[in-house]
Amino acid sequence: MNSKLSRREVLQGTGALVVSFNLFGPVSHALAQLSAGPDLAGDLQATSLDSWIAIGRNGMVTVFSSKVDLGTGVETALGQIVADELDVQFKQIKMITGDTTTAVDQGITAGSRTIELAGPQLRQAAAAARQELLKLASARLGAPVSQLTVTDGVVSVMGNGHKVSYANLLGGKRFNVQIPATGNGWGLKVAPDVPAKNYKDYKTVGKSVPRVDLPPKFTAQFTYVQDVRVPGMLHGRVVRPATVSAKPASIDEDSIKNIPGIVKVVREGSFVGVVAQTEWAAIRAAKALKVTWSTPDTKMPANPDAVYDYLKNTKGFVERPGMPPRGNVEAALSQGSKTFEATYRWPFQMHGMLAPSCAIADVRGDKVTIWAPSQGIFDTRKRVSALLGVPENQIQVLYREASGCYGRLGTDDAAEDAVVMSRAVGKPVRVQWMREDEHGWEPKGPAQLLTVRAAVDSSGKVVAWDFLDRSFPWTEANDLPLVTSRQLGLKGKGQGFPNGTGGGGDTYTFDNQRIVASAIPWVQPDPTPLRTSPLRAPGDLARMFASESFMDELAAAQGVDGVQFRMRYAAPNKRATDALAAVAKLANWQARPAPAPAPASGSNGNIAAGRGIAVSARSNSVVAVTAEVEVDKSSGEVTVKKIAVAHDCGLIINPDGLKNQIEGNVIQGTSRALMEEVLFDASGIKNLDWAGYPILRYEKIPQIDITLIDRPEMPALGGGEPSIGPVPAAIANAIFDATGARLREAPFTPERVLKAMRAGATSTQRA
Amino acid sequence: MARISLRVNNQSRVVDTDPTTPLLYVLRDDLELHGPRFGCGLGQCGACTVIMDGSAVRSCSIPVTAAQNRSITTLEGLGSLEHPHFLQTAFIEEQAAQCGYCMNGMIMTAKVLLDKNPNPTDDQIKQALNGNLCRCGSHVRVIRAIKRAASVKA
Repeated sequence: MNSKLSRREVLQGTGALVVSFNLFGPVSHALAQLSAGPDLAGDLQATSLDSWIAIGRNGMVTVFSSKVDLGTGVETALGQIVADELDVQFKQIKMITGDTTTAVDQGITAGSRTIELAGPQLRQAAAAARQELLKLASARLGAPVSQLTVTDGVVSVMGNGHKVSYANLLGGKRFNVQIPATGNGWGLKVAPDVPAKNYKDYKTVGKSVPRVDLPPKFTAQFTYVQDVRVPGMLHGRVVRPATVSAKPASIDEDSIKNIPGIVKVVREGSFVGVVAQTEWAAIRAAKALKVTWSTPDTKMPANPDAVYDYLKNTKGFVERPGMPPRGNVEAALSQGSKTFEATYRWPFQMHGMLAPSCAIADVRGDKVTIWAPSQGIFDTRKRVSALLGVPENQIQVLYREASGCYGRLGTDDAAEDAVVMSRAVGKPVRVQWMREDEHGWEPKGPAQLLTVRAAVDSSGKVVAWDFLDRSFPWTEANDLPLVTSRQLGLKGKGQGFPNGTGGGGDTYTFDNQRIVASAIPWVQPDPTPLRTSPLRAPGDLARMFASESFMDELAAAQGVDGVQFRMRYAAPNKRATDALAAVAKLANWQARPAPAPAPASGSNGNIAAGRGIAVSARSNSVVAVTAEVEVDKSSGEVTVKKIAVAHDCGLIINPDGLKNQIEGNVIQGTSRALMEEVLFDASGIKNLDWAGYPILRYEKIPQIDITLIDRPEMPALGGGEPSIGPVPAAIANAIFDATGARLREAPFTPERVLKAMRAGATSTQRA
Repeated sequence: MARISLRVNNQSRVVDTDPTTPLLYVLRDDLELHGPRFGCGLGQCGACTVIMDGSAVRSCSIPVTAAQNRSITTLEGLGSLEHPHFLQTAFIEEQAAQCGYCMNGMIMTAKVLLDKNPNPTDDQIKQALNGNLCRCGSHVRVIRAIKRAASVKA
């Protein structure tokens, strides 16, 4: 696709390309026909207003963004923001997202930061566009800007009724206006001094505008990356070794000679893949191909316990504070009248994307086109440039949505697989990982080991809090070559990014307080299938599980109700106490200490009921959660009956969209708390399908009640992650309430619950 | 390779394919349908669900030869963007998805459920959909959408 062509068609308001984007129809065919022209444009400048917004002759407003919808509805929310700022109806907005040739690089779509950071970038671009349109209208209508109003893209002069539409003023033409812009990516500031609207004047923001992507999704009209078809396209499948450092000693191509339609067995470095005319031939061939792998240099850890031991005994390469330390923790711990200590474990978990990773690449000499569900289209372009030795401006990356993304998945790996196989056969290749490739090779949320210590004084007041998270970084290396890059010989350099710091008790204020996240190096010369990556709210679930369980242990030891106990220490943080109060009301929480009083004998047999609470903050959002559970005391099985959530993420853009995200967070959080653990031994991952790695099903879905706390005077923050963090802690606390058994290792499987019940209410109090 | 006759969404189609090919790849690659989706290839997740002779089946685990002389309906066969089936309308009204990748399976399974039981309880809906996985956590909305569809039809 040629960016000039698409721009012109957008401005004409008639472009087939734009229509196909809008209808999510046969976009892949349209794009395939418009293959990369000889003059692939250089990167767009953030300082040109035309890089952001175009007004078509038909009055449609096209917004260009590198931010992509990962299945959360953020494209609709960003459209709402622009519609409000420009004074047009939402239906006049078209978003064109995720194309390196039509978008300014706004940084990767991640961390629940899109509404927070890209929202203002687009809002300010829209405000600048509105300012320019009013200037044009002022000249056309002969009235000062101060006397102009805008409704649905029509500018009117107050008093005399003279009007002109945006389409009439500019439709089909460029703004040709420069705007100030500084910084880049997440930090990009666009036209920061142009006055934007007051929240009181919002008309579209704050409304539950239905998502634009859902009708085509429910009617099979949507083009997921899996649906992209390019003329002449072949099908590729990967053949993975046990670890990346294993090399193919020999490949017996005769082993697949009976399969019709094989095009090529691709071997580059230690990468092995198969390209075929049809998907089925590629699948059969990848399975049947006999590859003898060398003994790898790298071994997997022997089992999960070995990983926890390694975390415990290895020094971190960086220790980061979760908050500025207060007082003297060590002194307060030694002087407290009672001290407490507990250690918690959180396992490796999977993203478990429903659709295995998929990408399409067309490598034609020095022109490369990639269709991939990449969170960072410019990052993918950079990586592929390094892999192929092709300049970045000869590579076009087009985002196409996959199934839900909850952190960095295998999708960028699949793009590299496709690039290597396309180069090898000189034709476009679509790569689709199989389920075992996805479970086996998706980068995983790392294990964590957490220790909390506290002291109380003679009045029962908590005077010391010491929290230590030992975690692997969320990438194994700073520059992060992916699986295929590594198989082709690229090496990782430097330590990876530490796995976050939030959630270790930073919602509270204690006189002496220390929260530290220690990043333990994941020392492997090449990654095993246990390579690490950010998994939704990275590290938070574990840290909040530890800190909010420990708060519960302290409250129980003092015989104080869990909500009241938290209120005492959250008090300086009004948003936290508001959220606690709101969720207590929503859940009809009755104050009493945990565990619940034993029911009269014989009243409910083997089923024990309990409730638990947790509160936490992430990225300036605050969430309080209660869980109501039933525990089968004979089997140890936990059923979460109800979760209530009070959610404060500042200004709410789309209330129903936010609720949708919260429901998803609750269900995924419940699943991760109760069921999910990557199992492995020295030879590899053990759970390679959904039978081996079960997730929550309909029969166990809890009732979900939600209170949204809107703070329109605050900036809008993202809702994709904050509410998953406290869910496991609330469930663990409810299990304690029901049974008196304290879970200190996730997931809370029946075996672990029974074991904890046998151990009884083990005290964390030190003698 | 073999020529195989299929009846998909009330249309006769003939494909020339390896007879061991699972129905899913024929529907997606030969007939260019987007409704049935690849999720696991193991019959575990339900993303590939189609309706064959009135039953919801996993198209990833059925060889195309087993679908000959059967009536196959895909999500496209239910309704379109312009003329959605009442179940699709209910899913839109309830905004019952996040990524939506699994929703083909949810809607097709719900179609078979409602054909047999026009007024299901929550528990019956959960039971019918229990073999369909959703990773985004849209379950509560899906149940609401199916109840809405049932009430519209009733």
